Amino acid sequence: MDCQLDIFFLEAILNGVLLAGLLALLALGLNLIFGVIDVVWICYAELVMVGMYGINHAYKAGAPFLLAALIGIALVALAGAVLHLLVISPVLDTPPINQLLVTGGVLFFLQAAATMVFGIDFRNIGIRLGSVGLLDMSFATARIVTFVVALAAMLALWLFLRRTYLGTAIRAIAQDRQIMPLMGVDSRRLYLVTSAIGGALAGLAAALMVLQYDIYPQIGLQFGPLIFMICVLGGLGNMIGGFIAAFIISQFIAVGSSCFHTEWGYAVAFLFFMLAIFIRPQGLLGGKG
Amino acid sequence: MSLRKLRLAPLLGVLAVALVPLAVRALLPGSEKYYLHLAVQILLWSFIYTAWSLMGRFGLTSLGHGAFTGIGAYTTVLLWNLLGLTPWLGIPLGVALATLVGLLVGYPCFRLRIAGHYFALLTLALTEFVRLCIVGLRDYTGGSLGTQPARYGSGISLYAVQFEPDRVLAYYIAFALWLVGLYVWLRVDRSMDRYALDAASQDEDAAASVGIDVTREKLKITALSAGMSALGGGMFVQYQMYIGPDTIAGLGLSLNIVFAAIAGGIGVLLGPTVGAVFTQALAEGLRVVIQGSETLKGLLGSSALSLDQLIYGLLLILFIIYMPKGILGSLLAWWQRRVR
Repeated sequence: MDCQLDIFFLEAILNGVLLAGLLALLALGLNLIFGVIDVVWICYAELVMVGMYGINHAYKAGAPFLLAALIGIALVALAGAVLHLLVISPVLDTPPINQLLVTGGVLFFLQAAATMVFGIDFRNIGIRLGSVGLLDMSFATARIVTFVVALAAMLALWLFLRRTYLGTAIRAIAQDRQIMPLMGVDSRRLYLVTSAIGGALAGLAAALMVLQYDIYPQIGLQFGPLIFMICVLGGLGNMIGGFIAAFIISQFIAVGSSCFHTEWGYAVAFLFFMLAIFIRPQGLLGGKG
Repeated sequence: MSLRKLRLAPLLGVLAVALVPLAVRALLPGSEKYYLHLAVQILLWSFIYTAWSLMGRFGLTSLGHGAFTGIGAYTTVLLWNLLGLTPWLGIPLGVALATLVGLLVGYPCFRLRIAGHYFALLTLALTEFVRLCIVGLRDYTGGSLGTQPARYGSGISLYAVQFEPDRVLAYYIAFALWLVGLYVWLRVDRSMDRYALDAASQDEDAAASVGIDVTREKLKITALSAGMSALGGGMFVQYQMYIGPDTIAGLGLSLNIVFAAIAGGIGVLLGPTVGAVFTQALAEGLRVVIQGSETLKGLLGSSALSLDQLIYGLLLILFIIYMPKGILGSLLAWWQRRVR
C-alpha cells in the first residue's frame, strides 16, 4: 500500500475533514462538561452508544428518522442528567480521579446492559444516503450531512453560551466555581442543565453516527479514547482547542489509514498525541489545567 | 489480641494459602482442576493488581498498565514463537522493554507535572497505542484473534517455562509470584521512598522544598510497577497459553486492573488480592448460580454472560461513592475503630 500524491490522497484528506466534524462534536460535549463541572465522563462514548440503540429502535418501530433522532437526543440528555444526579454529585467533593473512575464503572455497566439487551451482533439502521461525486472522488452523503450538522450544532452551542442568560451563567460558573454560589446562583441546577446539554450533544452525535456506522455494544471503545485524546490535546475544557485538535487528529487517521492499515493511522495519532502533550502539556490552546 | 498472635498471623496466612491445593483435593475431588484454575487466576491477577497499586496508592492513577502487561506477554510469546528464545530470556526482555516504556512516558509526565486527569488520559493513550501496535503487527501477533505460545513437548517444560497441564505445579508457581509481589509491596511500604512519595502526592512543591527529588521518586515507582506488570503479563501467558489484544492489553483491561485494586483497597498490603478474589468470585459465582437455575437460564439466555460485568460496573460505582477505601481498607478501618 503505497502513498501517492494523487486524487485519492486528496480524497483521504477531505474525508479526514469530514470525520473531524463528528469528532469535534463528540469532543465538544465532553469539554463542556469538563469546563463547567470539572469532571471527565469516561463513559461519554457509551452514552453515544445508548443513543444509537435508542434511535435505531425508534426508527425500526416506525418513527420517521427525524423524530427518532429527537427521541434519541432526549433519551441521552436524560441519561446525562441522571448520570450527574446519581453518580457524579455524590463524588463531587472527593479527589478528581474518583470522578473519572466512577464513570468508568458506568462504562462497564452500560456496555454490559447493551450486550444483555441487544446481544453482540452488529446492527445497521438501514438508511442509505448514497454518495456525492466530485472529479474522480466520491464522498458518502452521510458524512457530509454529519459535518454540516455538527458544525451547525457547535455554532448553536456557542450562540447559546454567548447570547442567553443561562449560557452566561454556565460560562460564569466555569470560570469560578466558588464565587457563583455566593452570588445566589444555584450551582447544582446549572450542573444538571450542563449535564443534560452534554448528554444532548452525545445524542446528536449518535443520530449522525447511526447513518455511518454499525451499532454494537463495544462501539464506545472505538471512539472513547479518540475523544479523550482530542479533548486533552486541545486543552481539557477548551472548546475551541478541541475543535482544532479534532481536525489534526482526524488527518492522522484519514491519511494514515489510506496509506497503511487502519490501525496504523490510529497508532500514529496516539503517538503524536503523547509527543504533543510532552511539548505542550497544557494542550494546544492553553486552557485551564 | 496479643502481639505474639499478631506476629504469627501472617505466617499462618501464608501457610494456609500454601495448603490450598491439598484442601481442594480433599474437599472437592471431582472438580480439582477447575478450582485450582480459579486459584491460579486469582494469584496471577493479584500480582498484577499489586503491581498497579504500588503507584496507584500515591495518586499516580495509571490507565496504562494494560500496555505494560501486553508488552510483557507479547514480547515473551513472539520471541519464543519466532526466534525460539526461551521465556527465561523472553520474560526479562519483556520486563525491560515495559520498564523502558514506563520511564519514557513517565519522565516527561513527571517533569512537566502532568497529574490527575491528564496523567490518566495520557496513560490511556499509551494503552491504546500498544494495543493498536499489537493489532497492526498482525502478521506476527495474530492481530485481534490473538496467538498462543508454541507447545513444547508434553506441555510441561522447565526450558519453555510451560506448566499449564499440571495445575498443582501452576498453583505453586503463581503462589511464589504472588509472594514476590507482596514482598516488593512491603519493601516499598517500609522504605524512605514511600514517605517521599506520600509527601509528593499531597503537596509536590512542599515535598520538593524539603529536598525530595519528586521526579526521581515517581520514576522509580513507575519503573518498578511497569516491570512487575510485564512480569505478570509474561507469566499469565505462560499459564493461559493464549493471549489476545483484549485479554492482556487495551483499555478494558487497564480499567479492570484499576477497579479490582480499588475494590479491594489500595492502601493495604492484601487489598489487591482481596480485589482479585472478589472479582473472580463474582464472575464465577454468578455463572454457577445462573447455570444451576433453569428459570434464570431461560430468562437471561446468552446474555447471562454479561450479567457479571453489569453487576461489576454497578458495584464499582457503589464502591467509589460509598467505600473509597475498598473492601479490605474499610474492614480494617472498622476493626481499628472497634479495638479502640
